[in-house]
Amino acid sequence: MAAKTKVRSAKKRRFINNTIVHVVLAILAFIWVFPIIWVILTSFRAEKGSYVSTFFPQSFTLDNYVKLFTDTSILNFPQMFMNTLFIAVCACILSTFYVLAVSYCLSRLKFKLRKPYMNMAMILGLFPGFMSMIAVYFILKAIGLTEGNLIKVALILCYSGGAGLSFQIAKGFFDTVPIAVDEAALLDGCTRWQIFTKITLPLSKPIVIYTVLTSFMAPWLDFIFAKVICRANSDQYTVAIGLWNMLQKEYIDSWYTSFAAGAVLISIPIAILFLFMQRYYVDGMSGAVKG
Amino acid sequence: MGIRKKHVNNFPTPYTCTAAIREGGMETKLSMVLMGFGNIIHKQKIKGLLYLAIEVAYIVFMIVNGIQFLSMLGSLGTVEQKEIWDEANQIYVYTKGDQSILILLYGVATVLLTILMICAWRGALKSAYKAECLDKQGKHVNNFVEDLKSLLHENLHRLLMTPPMIFIGALTILPLIFMICMAFTNYSKIDNHLMLFDWVGLENFKALFDSSSILGSTFWSVLGWTLVWAFFATFSNYIFGMILSIVINRKDTKAKGFWRFCFVLSCAVPMFVSLLIMRTMLQPEGAVNVLLRNLGLIAPDASLPFFTDPTWARVTVIVINIWVGVPYTLLQLTGVLQNIPGELYEAARVDGANAVQIFFKITLPYMLYVTTPYLITTFTGNVNNFNVIYLLSGGDPVTNLESTAGSTDLLVTWLYKLTVDKQYYNIGAVIGILTFIILAIAALLTYRNSKSYKEEGGF
Repeated sequence: MAAKTKVRSAKKRRFINNTIVHVVLAILAFIWVFPIIWVILTSFRAEKGSYVSTFFPQSFTLDNYVKLFTDTSILNFPQMFMNTLFIAVCACILSTFYVLAVSYCLSRLKFKLRKPYMNMAMILGLFPGFMSMIAVYFILKAIGLTEGNLIKVALILCYSGGAGLSFQIAKGFFDTVPIAVDEAALLDGCTRWQIFTKITLPLSKPIVIYTVLTSFMAPWLDFIFAKVICRANSDQYTVAIGLWNMLQKEYIDSWYTSFAAGAVLISIPIAILFLFMQRYYVDGMSGAVKG
Repeated sequence: MGIRKKHVNNFPTPYTCTAAIREGGMETKLSMVLMGFGNIIHKQKIKGLLYLAIEVAYIVFMIVNGIQFLSMLGSLGTVEQKEIWDEANQIYVYTKGDQSILILLYGVATVLLTILMICAWRGALKSAYKAECLDKQGKHVNNFVEDLKSLLHENLHRLLMTPPMIFIGALTILPLIFMICMAFTNYSKIDNHLMLFDWVGLENFKALFDSSSILGSTFWSVLGWTLVWAFFATFSNYIFGMILSIVINRKDTKAKGFWRFCFVLSCAVPMFVSLLIMRTMLQPEGAVNVLLRNLGLIAPDASLPFFTDPTWARVTVIVINIWVGVPYTLLQLTGVLQNIPGELYEAARVDGANAVQIFFKITLPYMLYVTTPYLITTFTGNVNNFNVIYLLSGGDPVTNLESTAGSTDLLVTWLYKLTVDKQYYNIGAVIGILTFIILAIAALLTYRNSKSYKEEGGF
């Protein structure tokens, strides 16, 4: 009898514990999801203006999205979108190649500059990222890349320039591909290049996809480099600067709800890519060939 | 263990520069002057000609531009831009003055090119010596096609590393050296030194460390806040993210995937978007204040001073950083947590430990052990965390109108303000260097004791 009540009270306590945990989780989850819901609601809000006295919109409309794509007189959103897409595709190709090449070399090939290179990468990583941004601007200006359409080239160079320094994750992954595979291939007469392209890369699909996606996303997310390099050339703006501009004093009243719409539009593809990538990210951390 | 490890050469080769100078034949010695000469004689015509072409190109460059660039580097230009009244056309004409910034840039680039040239020269010498030795021993000397083929095999690292290295050199190292040079000049809007400026040695450092001046006092207060911010931002995220992932990973928690999804959703939204949204929500007339008024928690015309009161602003950015950062921490820590051996927990439970004890005696030490490198990177990332501060508060509120920094400005956002808004480039560069020194000391001290240093990796 006594044992039974003891079991029951333990059960009861566990039930109470579980309830508390779930309630706390629900509250936290609400806090985390709340701003996202609010933006989605705002993007459909019919009342104009940045600040309104009611929390939930009174009436809903699709005009904000329509305005984003039709009102191109001041802030040309479709053009910004195309600019960013172009930059993202080019930068993605370049930096994916750089990251994978450097990581493979550091992981597999033994050469004199290997250690010095890794030390250098670590030291460079400690400098404030955009400390050199002004200097980069001067350099790009000196070779004439800061006018007109060449700004896009300048931005591509900026986004892929440092790619060779962010090799840690991919190198960690390549380290987990068994070296015996390489040795077997060498015995069969493969060159190192063939091993890289025909064996290591196919075995490392998760990290290749991860690298492609992260480097594709960078131009959509960065806004400081783009701002410094574009300056006043509004026809070269990327999406990030456009959205930031919509919140400036002169535009915020008429563009606020469109900003929310733009934010939602940008977030959807990024969110899909991210949720898709998350799996590869976890895989990338845990290694290529599972034993 | 001594701090300095003895240098061990893992790549011994008989073909070194000293050996080439000491033991090389006539043709090898001649290649010291005429790069590639030895190669041409010893069956490597194309390679030799390429070396020769590099040398010719460098010499032509130096004669046409390089020497001039280097000679100007000392004075950084002297000719001022002048306004001259053109009588004939009745207009003011500007004469072409020297632009110190370009002189400095070209000078630094020339120095880098010269260093590259020295490397090429050493390479040429070694290669000439190697060709000579192999030829004399009657061994096979690679011809050009074979050299190219070796790029795909034993020299693959040269093929793969060269393009990224060029990019890093041109877009990371060159700007960095350029910027470091600026720290020793008077390149700033003060006293109108935007066109012409001079070397001033350590003046800027002195000005910044002089705590009686407005610049000096701003520096110390910004530095203090940067360290406080980095500490709280790193550890609040770490502890909170860890507790959250422990709670989600608990055996009895239902719908683990759903909870994780809720939190990860917010880091799927681009960071600058969510930060801008947060900023507008926390304005005096923003959504949060409106919600609080509607709920009757504050008076109808009152608003909470999220970004207008210094202390409120500082707490707000740290709290919002938790909101932004915890999902990432959650993602990264979940895997590590699942790797903690289950026997440890069972043993602890058998011994009668409660949840708090288990956390502090098992989970936390294990996590700290595994994630020290991660913590260091997060800490350095937070010291350099430009996005959160700039997009949220923009460094506001400014309490001292004379100083150039607000109460939530970090060293990096202050650097940005000084260079982009105020055009005090020299002070900005000094701040960048100091940030680097602080981070380097912190990172060195911790890395040396960490597992990853002892196994492999940098340093």
